[in-house]
Amino acid sequence: MTSVTVNSTTPGPSRARRWRSGFRERETWTAYLFLFPWIFGFLVFTLGPMIFSAYYSFTNYGVQQIAGLAPTKTVGFDNYRQLYNDPYIGTALKNTFEYGLMMVPARIIVALLLALMLMRVGSRLGGIFRTIFYIPHITPPVAIGVLVLTLFNGPYGIVDKGLKLIHINGPYWLTQPGWIKPTIAIMDVWACGGTMVILLAALYGVPRHLYEAAAMDGASKLRQFFTVTLPMISPALFFSFIILSLAALNQFTVAYTAFFNSANDQQTNSAALFYAIYLFRQAFRFFNMGFASAMAWVLFGISMTITAFNIFATKRFVFYQGEERR
Amino acid sequence: MTAYGGQENAPPFAEVGGTNPPVPLVRRRWRRPQPKVGWIEKVVFVLLLLGLSVLFLYPFEWLFSAAFKTRQDVLDNSFLPHHWSWNFTGPNLPQPAKQYLFNVFPVAHWLWNSFWISFLGAGLVTISSAMVAFAFAYFRFPLRGLLFAILLGTMMLPGEVTMIPVYLLWNHIGNFTQSHLHYRIGTGTQYPLWVPNLFGSAFYIFLQRQFFLGIPRDYFEAARMDGDGYWSMFRRIALPLAKPALIVTFIFEVQAKWFDLITPLIYLRDISTFTVPYGLKLIIDKFNLAGGSIPEYQLIVAGTLLLVLPMIVLFAIFQRYFIQGIATQGRKG
Repeated sequence: MTSVTVNSTTPGPSRARRWRSGFRERETWTAYLFLFPWIFGFLVFTLGPMIFSAYYSFTNYGVQQIAGLAPTKTVGFDNYRQLYNDPYIGTALKNTFEYGLMMVPARIIVALLLALMLMRVGSRLGGIFRTIFYIPHITPPVAIGVLVLTLFNGPYGIVDKGLKLIHINGPYWLTQPGWIKPTIAIMDVWACGGTMVILLAALYGVPRHLYEAAAMDGASKLRQFFTVTLPMISPALFFSFIILSLAALNQFTVAYTAFFNSANDQQTNSAALFYAIYLFRQAFRFFNMGFASAMAWVLFGISMTITAFNIFATKRFVFYQGEERR
Repeated sequence: MTAYGGQENAPPFAEVGGTNPPVPLVRRRWRRPQPKVGWIEKVVFVLLLLGLSVLFLYPFEWLFSAAFKTRQDVLDNSFLPHHWSWNFTGPNLPQPAKQYLFNVFPVAHWLWNSFWISFLGAGLVTISSAMVAFAFAYFRFPLRGLLFAILLGTMMLPGEVTMIPVYLLWNHIGNFTQSHLHYRIGTGTQYPLWVPNLFGSAFYIFLQRQFFLGIPRDYFEAARMDGDGYWSMFRRIALPLAKPALIVTFIFEVQAKWFDLITPLIYLRDISTFTVPYGLKLIIDKFNLAGGSIPEYQLIVAGTLLLVLPMIVLFAIFQRYFIQGIATQGRKG
């Protein structure tokens, strides 16, 4: 920021001139040498593929085109129209959104409650508990898929056995279509350690004197939480919100491990059909690359909407002042 | 001030800039100001947390004990196995007889594949990201603001958008290398799993740049006075001082590679080239109830234990880095 004002008031050669002369300096070329890996990778593995992906989404690119047996044809918006008419797309989107609406708030709330408790038991105990609650977060998603299959195995699973102790008849988690998404969401809440650590760091960043001032004004503990804690940690909350929303949109591994067969592509489970799974199958099992590219761009649109909403909400609601930066 | 105007204002995250003190990514002790809490309240919280700890750790206990149960007992949920059973290695006999994990599939290959791909990939991405991060942190050059904004933008890009063309690219490279070099580098080999790590990764570049910005510029100026070139400045000053950030990058990438199912699923075909997650998926498909053969859940659980344990060991060694790496991530948001 400061450099802009300095530059605009400093007399000297024009900005464009100085900018161009920068390319003559040795330091510039050294810098670009250091940058080379990323620039190359960006062009070859990101920008180029994005352009091709956009192009494929308007073509019939498929298994014959990969093998070179048929020419690639431009089909206009056919893929997108087909996407609109495909019944599985609706199912997949509905599943994904339902799952996201369960997983994201549940995980943030549980993580926040854990973090609030952790900071009230002293640093030694807090550190031990923090480690314990973090451990599920390092469980590989395929392993979580196995846990879904075994722990939630209807009346034989330990979850229903445990519920029976408190006189609740647990549902058939894996076979009743309505319970599949909550099951995965529960395992995600179990693995909430990452979110918890982020929120804990934010909670420690809230200056003590704000609470003292609030207490002086007679604010209750609950009131302090809503008027001091929540606004002060809102950046971390929004950060978690966006990261988890994008993770929910990309849910693939746990559901695929538990409910799909990698050897048999005909077998499907419409209650566990997430958007990323359907996309994967269209692209790499049925090789409908054009259609799958169109699906990918719809996902891109949804992700960007969430990000844009987040930026808007950040400007509007998130409280950045007074954050302690050390 | 910088010679090129308008670069400082582009990236939205850049306010944690060069004037700030170094980011303390890892600290020795975990000691922060604590809120005042009455002792009754504290006891209640400790008891609550103890109860929740049991709930959070129990799946691991379940997994560990089930991995040593017999086929008949594996889903019986008992705390310890009634009949201890070693399910990993043993005589290789057809199915009504007892099955062993390392016989039914090339599990040893899978473990080795996952190990070397994770560690090689993590090592490469650490070095390449550090180079790029150093360039963004130290040098002033034209287009810096724009390039950094692009870098941040790529973090938001869903992988699905580039997944298909990248696969087709690897397919072309594979066909080309096979016909011209008689050695395949592309789809169907393990190269696509780690070669992209040569080119840095946006999130790690961002993380390390923050760290490099915290190193006082005088250090570099002094090194230049001594006649150091840029590369030796990077290697002898920047890298050693940014060690915590490098370790965080390394373990995060080891974890990411160890977790990854979709990339092996897309690129690998030959069963002996699989990584552990893909292999475990194969075990699940073959030996669960819907798999067609007699279910062997004890093999599935034993395989899961092999997938989980290395991560727990890694976490035990690098605990501080895991937690501080995640915590700093949130502070930037």
